Amino acid sequence: MSAPHRHAHRCFGVLAQYTSGAELLAAIEHGQRHGYTNMEAYTPLPMHEVSHALGHENDLPKYVLAGGLLGATVGFGMQYYAAVIHYPLNVGGRPLNSWPSFIPITFELTILFASLTAVLGMLALNGLPRPHHPVFSVPEFEQASRDRFFLLVPHYDPRFDADESARVLRASGALSVSEVPHP
Amino acid sequence: MTNAESPRTAPDLRAIDAIRAELSSARGDDFWHRLEELSARPAFQDWLQQEFPSQAPRFVPALERREFLRLMGASLGVVGLAACTRQPDERIVPFARAPEYVVPGQPRYFASALTLGGAALGVLVESHMGRPTKIEGNPDHPASLGATDALAQAAILSLYDPDRSHSCLRAGQIDTWSAFTGELSGRLERLAALQGQGLSILHAGESSPTLADQLARLSTRFPRARVHRWTPVHRDQERAGAELAFGRDVGTHYHLDRAEVVLALEADLLGSGPGAVRYARDFAHGRLGRAGAAGMNRLYAVESTLSLTGAMADERLALRPSEVEGFARRVARELGLAVEAPALDAFAERFAVAAARALDARRGAGLVVAGREADPAVHALAHTINYELGNTGATLEHTDPLDDLARPAAADLRALVEDVRARRVDTLLVLGGNPAYDAPAELDFAGALASVPFRVHLSAQVDETSALCHWHVPEAHALESWGDARAHDGTVTIVQPLIAPLFGGKSALELLAFVLGEGEKSAYETLRERWRAKSGLAGADFERFWREALHDGVVAGTGAPGVEVHLRSSLDFGASPATATGGLELALRPDASTFDGRFANNAWLQELPRPITRLVWDNALLIGPRTARERELENGDVVELAHEGRHLRAPVWVVPGQAEGTLTLHLGYGRRRAGALGTGVGCDAYALRTGERPWFVTGVELVRTGERHELVTVQKHPSQEHRSLARVATFDRFRADPLGATRPEHGTSELAPPSLYPGFPYEGHAWGMVIDLNACIGCNACMIACQAENNIPVVGKGQVANGREMHWIRIDRYYEEPAGTVDERVTVVHQPVPCMHCENAPCEVVCPVGATVHSSEGLNEMVYNRCVGTRYCSNNCPYKVRRFNFFPYADFETESLKLQRNPDVTVRSRGVMEKCTYCVQRINQARIQAQKEERPLRDGEIVSACQAVCPTQAIVFGDVNDEASAVARLRKEPHHYGLLAELGTRPRTTYLAKLRNPDAELSGT
Amino acid sequence: MSHAPQAPQAPQTPGPGGDKVIAPGHTLATVSDKITKIVLTRATPRGWYLGFAGSFLLVMVLMVSIGKLLVSGIGVWGVNVPVGWGLAIINMVWWIGIGHAGTLISAILLLFRQEWRTSINRFAEAMTLFAVACAVVFPSLHVGRPWLAYWLLPYPNTMSLFPQFRSPLEWDVFAISTYGTVSALFWYVGLIPDLAALRDRAKSKPWKIAYGILAMGWRGAARHWERYETAYLLLAGLATPLVISVHTVVSFDFAVGNVPGWHATIFPPYFVAGAIYSGFAMVLTLAIPLRKIYGLQDFITLRHLQNMAKIVLATGLIVAYGYAMEAFFAWYSANPYEESMLVNRMTGPYWWAYWTLLLCNVLTPQLLWSKKIRSSVVALFVIALVVNVGMWLERFVIVVTSLSRDFLPSSWDTYTPTRWDWGLYIGTFGLFLSLLFLFIRFLPMISIFEMRTLVPTEGGDEEGHG
Repeated sequence: MSAPHRHAHRCFGVLAQYTSGAELLAAIEHGQRHGYTNMEAYTPLPMHEVSHALGHENDLPKYVLAGGLLGATVGFGMQYYAAVIHYPLNVGGRPLNSWPSFIPITFELTILFASLTAVLGMLALNGLPRPHHPVFSVPEFEQASRDRFFLLVPHYDPRFDADESARVLRASGALSVSEVPHP
Repeated sequence: MTNAESPRTAPDLRAIDAIRAELSSARGDDFWHRLEELSARPAFQDWLQQEFPSQAPRFVPALERREFLRLMGASLGVVGLAACTRQPDERIVPFARAPEYVVPGQPRYFASALTLGGAALGVLVESHMGRPTKIEGNPDHPASLGATDALAQAAILSLYDPDRSHSCLRAGQIDTWSAFTGELSGRLERLAALQGQGLSILHAGESSPTLADQLARLSTRFPRARVHRWTPVHRDQERAGAELAFGRDVGTHYHLDRAEVVLALEADLLGSGPGAVRYARDFAHGRLGRAGAAGMNRLYAVESTLSLTGAMADERLALRPSEVEGFARRVARELGLAVEAPALDAFAERFAVAAARALDARRGAGLVVAGREADPAVHALAHTINYELGNTGATLEHTDPLDDLARPAAADLRALVEDVRARRVDTLLVLGGNPAYDAPAELDFAGALASVPFRVHLSAQVDETSALCHWHVPEAHALESWGDARAHDGTVTIVQPLIAPLFGGKSALELLAFVLGEGEKSAYETLRERWRAKSGLAGADFERFWREALHDGVVAGTGAPGVEVHLRSSLDFGASPATATGGLELALRPDASTFDGRFANNAWLQELPRPITRLVWDNALLIGPRTARERELENGDVVELAHEGRHLRAPVWVVPGQAEGTLTLHLGYGRRRAGALGTGVGCDAYALRTGERPWFVTGVELVRTGERHELVTVQKHPSQEHRSLARVATFDRFRADPLGATRPEHGTSELAPPSLYPGFPYEGHAWGMVIDLNACIGCNACMIACQAENNIPVVGKGQVANGREMHWIRIDRYYEEPAGTVDERVTVVHQPVPCMHCENAPCEVVCPVGATVHSSEGLNEMVYNRCVGTRYCSNNCPYKVRRFNFFPYADFETESLKLQRNPDVTVRSRGVMEKCTYCVQRINQARIQAQKEERPLRDGEIVSACQAVCPTQAIVFGDVNDEASAVARLRKEPHHYGLLAELGTRPRTTYLAKLRNPDAELSGT
Repeated sequence: MSHAPQAPQAPQTPGPGGDKVIAPGHTLATVSDKITKIVLTRATPRGWYLGFAGSFLLVMVLMVSIGKLLVSGIGVWGVNVPVGWGLAIINMVWWIGIGHAGTLISAILLLFRQEWRTSINRFAEAMTLFAVACAVVFPSLHVGRPWLAYWLLPYPNTMSLFPQFRSPLEWDVFAISTYGTVSALFWYVGLIPDLAALRDRAKSKPWKIAYGILAMGWRGAARHWERYETAYLLLAGLATPLVISVHTVVSFDFAVGNVPGWHATIFPPYFVAGAIYSGFAMVLTLAIPLRKIYGLQDFITLRHLQNMAKIVLATGLIVAYGYAMEAFFAWYSANPYEESMLVNRMTGPYWWAYWTLLLCNVLTPQLLWSKKIRSSVVALFVIALVVNVGMWLERFVIVVTSLSRDFLPSSWDTYTPTRWDWGLYIGTFGLFLSLLFLFIRFLPMISIFEMRTLVPTEGGDEEGHG
């Protein structure tokens, strides 16, 4: 009982290195069999199997849809307000509410808002930018952006125990296993 | 030798001869010593000074320090004053119901007159806080009836021309009026002692009774003084013709409103010459094309070069100048007069017969007009025909000639030159004019002038003549000085100054007063004295008479009385002249812009497209298409003309309607000293002009030089490509089928084709304009009136060449050749194009910043402050009436030009789009007036600048919502249509189609 | 128990063209190293310095032209009435069009799972950005009072004035700024994982820091990849209609106007096709020298070039159809103004432009029917250049020839570009190339992580992502 606490303040988690996606997938399964529910994997390229295996789901699309709708409203609203309510002018004998002429800008703003939501939303949900993260202190981790695959059991995993977890990961066929110190 | 007493003339001449003699005897060193010693002699010095006046040592007072500072202070003060404008001291009388005191922002109008070509045009001058800004016609004046021509409009710019001379010059050095009068009075006393022997005065022959009076009084002090007159655009031919026909000179003016058939022989009676503005009005009145019009006058024009009159003609014949007399004879004979006539070519023959028949059928309602440029014989023939057909007294009137001068201008000037050559002239006063530039070539006036011992030139600018004179005296502009002038029918107008001379100019009246020994007597006094004497009134009566005359702009009852004249019994036209040789003929004409050269420095006029050719900033040798082909000439090819050993280089311009084998060149270009703008523009036609044959010469040699000169025209495409933009129909077809006659091949006559848009409602006023193409003679007056009213800048030749001219209203000129006829029979249609103020304006929709929008009364408004200059509006304007400031065209520096600006109109800066506003400032002025008087706006109360100036009243502006308005009525005419209306723009400016009244006997060829 | 990274044994998946999208023998490591090395370790070639110097010289030409324009006014150009628009608008449309290929490659081909795009999309996107940068130079400067160009933006102001939203120029403002923004996002998002790679590879501290900041702490976490992919895909989905709309809106500048030769319903589709046409031509023009200089034949293979050649041919045919329809409408409409517009194009003062355009855009691309020419790198390069010229002429014909002769013959006039017109145009080439040189020097010109997905290990998912 007291062990986790003792380790918790000592290290951030335990990081294992693998040489291929397949090994990583196997290791995840292995870890899950040992009851770890909150693991994180690091790969040099996007791999859906991994995130599926870890059971992530994301709701970014909903935000983007909302952003798009907002853009459309703002776009048409601005034009309608300017041309009809705020400063009505006879321009070339056209009706004040020349809605067909207002469509292009409405469309553009829809796209703009949706795109901004997509990018900013992605960053926000990913907690980026975050220039430093404990895993960076592990020297081998540099290879994560080249050709190595990593699996992390963080200290906030309920079953986390530095020694125990390290043993489990080593058993999962890791190339190397190292403790990630607390910043 | 009477001149012996005069110390600075004959002796010198003898002196130099003596010196020559002495020197010729000397040899070697001796020669040089002698030369030195001689050159020290006073006689030689004296001679030297006179020969090279600018070398003369001038009196420079030694200045004390205090004196110097005092002068400096004073002059600085003056500099300050120069910024503000001064009201003249004498009382001048405002026109109409304008307040007696100046209300800021409230313009006042003063009646005055502008004189050109020997006749006055009555005008009203708009004055803002003492600044004359705009010239309008005087409705009460017989020559104007409220309209003016382009030249009168531009006079206001000449007033403020920064190149006007600012001070007296003695031998080219700035000097004072008092120094001048000092020197002059000395000479005058000596001359008086000799009864004026050796005193000659050359004046520019404008029709001022008071000036004539002064010249007459000259003989009292100087009995032996000589008075001469020269003006290059003279009426010598007319005078000679009258003498030929009646044995005496008469003035002739016409009543075109009464004429049903007009035959114009080499006569541009609508376009230029005394009374042209009035004639245009009367002519248009006689051919008003309206539904149900009973008839329409018919104009036959016979001319060598396509003039505005020829362009309006129903039937036109292009003849060489030398053939016109033969044609006139043929007409006369056809009318049963005992006149020999040469054989004419087929078409000319039929033309002559047709014209004669028409005249015969309308005895008393016909009119034959011979133009200023036609030969005396042609004038005489015209007089004879009119007399025989009983037109005299009906459609034309004879009066005493406006200027009762001893000799014709050419002869008069020759006499002067002979005097000079014979050393009979000691002192020559040149009052106005520019003879050193425009005198007949054979006289070598400039050469003669240089040998006059003492010569003075009074002129607005330091010009070619001033440069040759000892003294130059700045002449006051007509708007700066008192005077009087006669209209073409004799009516006199008192010329009142709107502003004290800007540059301290003097008028001829003032200079003559001094010569007459009346000292510094003001023109005002001279004028009042003369009229007090003339009217025989005194005290209050005279004041009333004076005030009335000034107020109305005409002196009541001064119209020249008609005179009874009879054909000389001995009148015989003799044998018809030899038919012209194969050689080229050169016709010379006064220019529509520079006239005789006096307006060469007027930027508005230089940039005003010349009638027909639409050329700017140049004169060109006009040549017919066939002749051009034969000579392998293209527009812009420079040719050398040779005639009687005189040479001239000129660029050619091909014009349809030009008589083949005939060249036309306009006077007034190639100025050598005309100011910053006018100097060196075009080529000097005077080089080939003789006193004998002022208007045309035969047997001209033409040689190609291989050089090119860029001629710039504002309209590069001559045809309307069958787009029925300017619609034309014959009067007969119009009468038979009013609607069908003017229906276009393409497009629609419907003003408002169906649209998906509901369209904006226009309650209240809805401004609109109707332009009657049938009345428009293409005189350009509207273009320049608009320029003056709306502060429109000039851009210069280079910019116009690149299509950047700024005129808000332009006149499109389209040639349309009757099927299967030769170039000479081309017909012309003029179409004034201002902004159409489309209800569905294409320009407004595409402006991204809303800088052009519609007003509640349907004006298409430009918001200069908001414009960023995308030029999208101009691209999308089907009428291309929008103008863009590609550079900062408006002159923000020159002080004097600022005075001319209309304070009610923004001066636009760089990067901004501009265009016709329907003179919105005038609309609002009228609106405010109406509101103050708590009444609705009246129809005709708002008059746009172009409408006001139009001699033929072709432009009508008003409220299309008001059923009773003139505009609304015209819009109901069957031949009313909208330009490019098929595009759905719903233009507010619309047109009435042009109607022609061709002769059935001639048409169909 | 050697867990060393083994070279892949599995046979390469042959691409549809029979050719490969990536040369055999590459592993995750080799791909990463080869591309990062260009940026990090490889010495800057002398050619780069020369090229950049030359481009920078042209940038100076741009600066001088702009200076002259601002000081003297728009009059230094040849524009006049009736030809109110000249080279400025032509060049704007031309540059925007070129930009389209980038977005098309990265977005549309992505949606279509065209994995061959992977190796070219990075610099195609960069090309888009730089092209848009060049394009926006013109509309902002071509107004009469450039210092007031910001009035086209809807911003709160004391005069409480808004732009006039019915004007196609106003639509342009929104379309182009949106396009610029989205392209930039797309490009940057794609760069993040590669920046991380550079961060981890960089030797020197300052570069580590610089790339580190740009990478925003990317560490390739699985859940990040998940959202990243979604965002990237959504961006692609949004950019696709956007890119179509942008040139549609640009074509409205003309189609909404009433000038004969502008007022045509066919404009939007045929402008978009033209844009893609010129865009791919430009990609070829750039890719062919690049792959040679940097030895990237492994990644930008012949198959890429051939596919692009096919797209050029296809869009070229659409454009040709557009020309045919324009002519047909003019004749079929029986509208005198449209008819004379056509006659004017063929025989008027600018006849040479029209016929040269047909030669460049209609005849030349027909060569691409032959596989031999499609597989000749040199031929492709030349044809691409010709097409670029042709597309510029197309805009010249549309803008200048149409304006020079519209409704009233009285106001017909011609337009001659001045040296300042040309200076500004040539200057933008300098801007474009300078940016490109900087890009290929300091950023991976090929998407590393996407290339990794092409490496057929049992780890990477074969069909790319999506």
